[in-house]
Amino acid sequence: MISPVALEIAVVCLGIFLLMFDAFLAKSDKRVIAYLAIVGLVTVFGLTFFLKSASPGMDFSGFYLTDPLAIFFKRFALLATVLTIILSIDYAPVVARLIPSETPQAGLGEFFILPVFTCAGLMWMASSADFIMIFCALELVTISFYVQVAYMRRSAASLEAGTKYLILGALSTGFLVYGITWIFGMTGQTTLARIQSVLGMVPVENQTALLFGLGLVLVAIGFKIAAAPFQFWVPDVYQGAPTPVTAYLSVASKAAGFVVLMRVLEPFLVVPAIREKLMAVMAFLAAATLIYGNLAAMPQTNLKRLLAYSSIAHAGYLLVGIASIGSISAGRAIVFYLFGYLLMTFLAFLVLVPAAKASGGDDIANFNGLARRSPGLAFALLISMASLAGVPFTVGFLGKFFIFEAAMTEHLYLLVVVGVVTVGCGFYYYFKVVRAMYWLPPADDAEAVIVSPLARIAIVCLTGAILIFGIFPLPILQLIH
Amino acid sequence: MSPLLFLILTPLVAAALVMAGANARFVALVGSVTNLVFALVLLAVFPHGQGYQFVSETPVIPSMGISFILGADGLSLLMLLLSTLITVAAVAVAKTPEKNARWFYASLMFISVGVIGAFASIDLFFFYMFHELALIPTFLLIGIWGSGDRQAAAWKATIYLALGSFVLLLGLIGLYLLQPDGLRSFDLRKIVALADAGFLADGAWVYLLLLVGFGILVSLFPFHTWAPQAYSSAPAPAAMLHAGVLKKFGLYGLIRIAVPVFPEAVEQFANVLLVLLVGNILYVGYVTISQRKLDWMLGYSSVMHMGYIFLGIVALNPLSLTGASLMLFAHGLSIAALFALSGELRERTGTLDFSELGGLAKAMPAFGLFFGLAAFASIGLPGFVNFAAELQIFFGAFAGGIPLFGQLDGKEVFALNNFQIATVCAVWGVVISAVYMLRAYRRVFLGTLSDRWARLPEISGLPRVAVAILLVVMLVFGFFPQILVNLIAPALTWP
Repeated sequence: MISPVALEIAVVCLGIFLLMFDAFLAKSDKRVIAYLAIVGLVTVFGLTFFLKSASPGMDFSGFYLTDPLAIFFKRFALLATVLTIILSIDYAPVVARLIPSETPQAGLGEFFILPVFTCAGLMWMASSADFIMIFCALELVTISFYVQVAYMRRSAASLEAGTKYLILGALSTGFLVYGITWIFGMTGQTTLARIQSVLGMVPVENQTALLFGLGLVLVAIGFKIAAAPFQFWVPDVYQGAPTPVTAYLSVASKAAGFVVLMRVLEPFLVVPAIREKLMAVMAFLAAATLIYGNLAAMPQTNLKRLLAYSSIAHAGYLLVGIASIGSISAGRAIVFYLFGYLLMTFLAFLVLVPAAKASGGDDIANFNGLARRSPGLAFALLISMASLAGVPFTVGFLGKFFIFEAAMTEHLYLLVVVGVVTVGCGFYYYFKVVRAMYWLPPADDAEAVIVSPLARIAIVCLTGAILIFGIFPLPILQLIH
Repeated sequence: MSPLLFLILTPLVAAALVMAGANARFVALVGSVTNLVFALVLLAVFPHGQGYQFVSETPVIPSMGISFILGADGLSLLMLLLSTLITVAAVAVAKTPEKNARWFYASLMFISVGVIGAFASIDLFFFYMFHELALIPTFLLIGIWGSGDRQAAAWKATIYLALGSFVLLLGLIGLYLLQPDGLRSFDLRKIVALADAGFLADGAWVYLLLLVGFGILVSLFPFHTWAPQAYSSAPAPAAMLHAGVLKKFGLYGLIRIAVPVFPEAVEQFANVLLVLLVGNILYVGYVTISQRKLDWMLGYSSVMHMGYIFLGIVALNPLSLTGASLMLFAHGLSIAALFALSGELRERTGTLDFSELGGLAKAMPAFGLFFGLAAFASIGLPGFVNFAAELQIFFGAFAGGIPLFGQLDGKEVFALNNFQIATVCAVWGVVISAVYMLRAYRRVFLGTLSDRWARLPEISGLPRVAVAILLVVMLVFGFFPQILVNLIAPALTWP
């Protein structure tokens, strides 16, 4: 039995160990580091099942939570990181080509190690219940992402993505700190639980100032989760970043953003006046994100860019869940949706990386006739797209089902109507990919697609998980309960 | 375990075997025939008039009251019989395509899994999910193996039906939320019991969601434009399965859910539905007359006939509801036979344009006879089960609503209410059907036979047997409809 705190310490130690190891591994194959990282993270994942039962003392401190939600997202972060490193192994040749170096694999080591540090940050974020802790964890995640996004130094697109992400990320950090300052100024607290307890005592005339601070914090989180109108960085950053980093960014960073959002909103919901305003803002954000993400995704011809817009769209569905947080089923719906989103997004990227390598690009046209070149991969991508679109018997459907159920319990009918119409748009653009794979003939010079054994295992597992949890979601729902 | 699970698993296993490399056509045929025989056995052992039989229940998400519940009463059993019968016919007339033959037969089997699962589910969540499962292979069949502008057709159908499905899903969630907290479930039996006991909140908006959702799926006017295009492009087996069985899902759902749970709402919005269904019958009917191609004409005619069934549902009396239920079965058989024959014809001539065809009955007399009989059935000629169904709908609908009396010279005289006016329009529809069906028959099978078509091969082999069986079933139940009426009637409820 181990303390939950040990998990993050173990991950950080793993990262430092790998960095040292990399220094002594100048000549040999750097992929060893990736395998070591995977083994280490899987071990930590295993350790999460042997945690000491939540100690009331630690939760009482209000600084670091160990509730089921936190544990669930620690596992979520570990799983996402392992999948990212698996993707990185396949993607390594592209990265190696695009970094200036004297030996073939110089500078590749950190590409596998940086996600480990990000993972530690994500795990801390899952547990943090204090604005200081949230800020530190968020910065650990964001700063390591700055490096990863701009990793391919010879690729102008990657550098552009890195610069955009850096500037807008720094801006959002500014918003976050300033917002925290205002909230601290009005309540004298940074711990969320204590803020909740003193909130009732804040005079009504000070509520505007409090809302101002909270608004600034929401802007910063809106940036992390890619909610409209803070989504402008997403398409360029996602398209320019190395593909594994794109996947990581769109899943793990977003999920952590939503956990923080749920935690931050919770104390403010007890004051009816603030609650009303907050929910209206959330409903507005959700509708704007849904409409923008889905409409902008429709004309896309590049799969990575399409997935970028689709990630905005999914943030919209998740925000519908946030807007209906008053319903008891909303929290469960959001967490289940995020879990499903992890499965289907990583599956799409696991197919995208080798298929793009074989056909020389990640435009949708590069996937023409994939069903004839490699039926297995095409089937996996079909399942992923069907799940993203929300076809029944997949996790994507159940996720939307739970979200809409929560929204209707809260009587957010207008939002649900927007949600349903945008689901229709979703069918259009996801099935564009399916159409390319199954209906259009392949290019003549298309090469056979080679998938590494590790990626193959991951593809099979994710495809299976999407279908199994799409029919029988109980195990996941019980984990969060 | 419920024996109904066997009906669901047989096509699933067949699909798996097909994908694994067994002889695709043979396995699909054996699987579907086995299923038909099993459905007949279930029908034989079914105790009449005792509610749901063969029930099994497996909890899936207990916290939300979602369980996998299988069970069948007379109405669902009739639909299961239709599903298995049409599956056999569809596989029998299917032409093994050159590319991806395995996927083709596996898709047909998956449609069969979906429709059987939907009709055998008592839990509305799975009822919905199985229907969606059947839709996906339908899109693939149209998009990959269709003819004409198949991709546009598949596209349009996908968007329409996906949207319709999500509206329907909202309706089902709404139905769930209408139930008192703590008693909520997706179990249809419990929902109906709650509604009977008066524990359900007022749900007119849920009824409207269900009506629009199911309506889009059933091609209710004005949401019908996807249907003719999809059917004209679809390969014959896909059109048979979709128009014959899958599309009936929406009407079945209305009879099953809307009628017992929301009778007041059905009455409240009856006038809206009456206008729309008259649109189905008259407007789409006239559009049908103007068609220049057989496949488009059949597509529109199948849209048009949905109007009758809506009429039977909205009139809300025992006679009209029995007629509507019977019409589900009757229309499924006749449209499947017609699509099978038009597929065979396309296979032989390569065109279904009326202006290029003519006199084919001289070259293929049996083909002409079959088509003629199927066309008569579709019009609703006495002797076919379609006639029995339409007659009950018309009689039932004419008795629908509150009788209206007008004033003439100070005396009360009989006047037509909205139901009766709609019925009058619907009877017009029979004449319209006769016009386009007989005209199509004349232009395709009568007249002078051009040399181009002089050597067309006669319908033979499995397709001949399959179509003959469909025709015989329609004739038998046309003369003895009471067999089916006795089966259906105990399953129906009315206010």
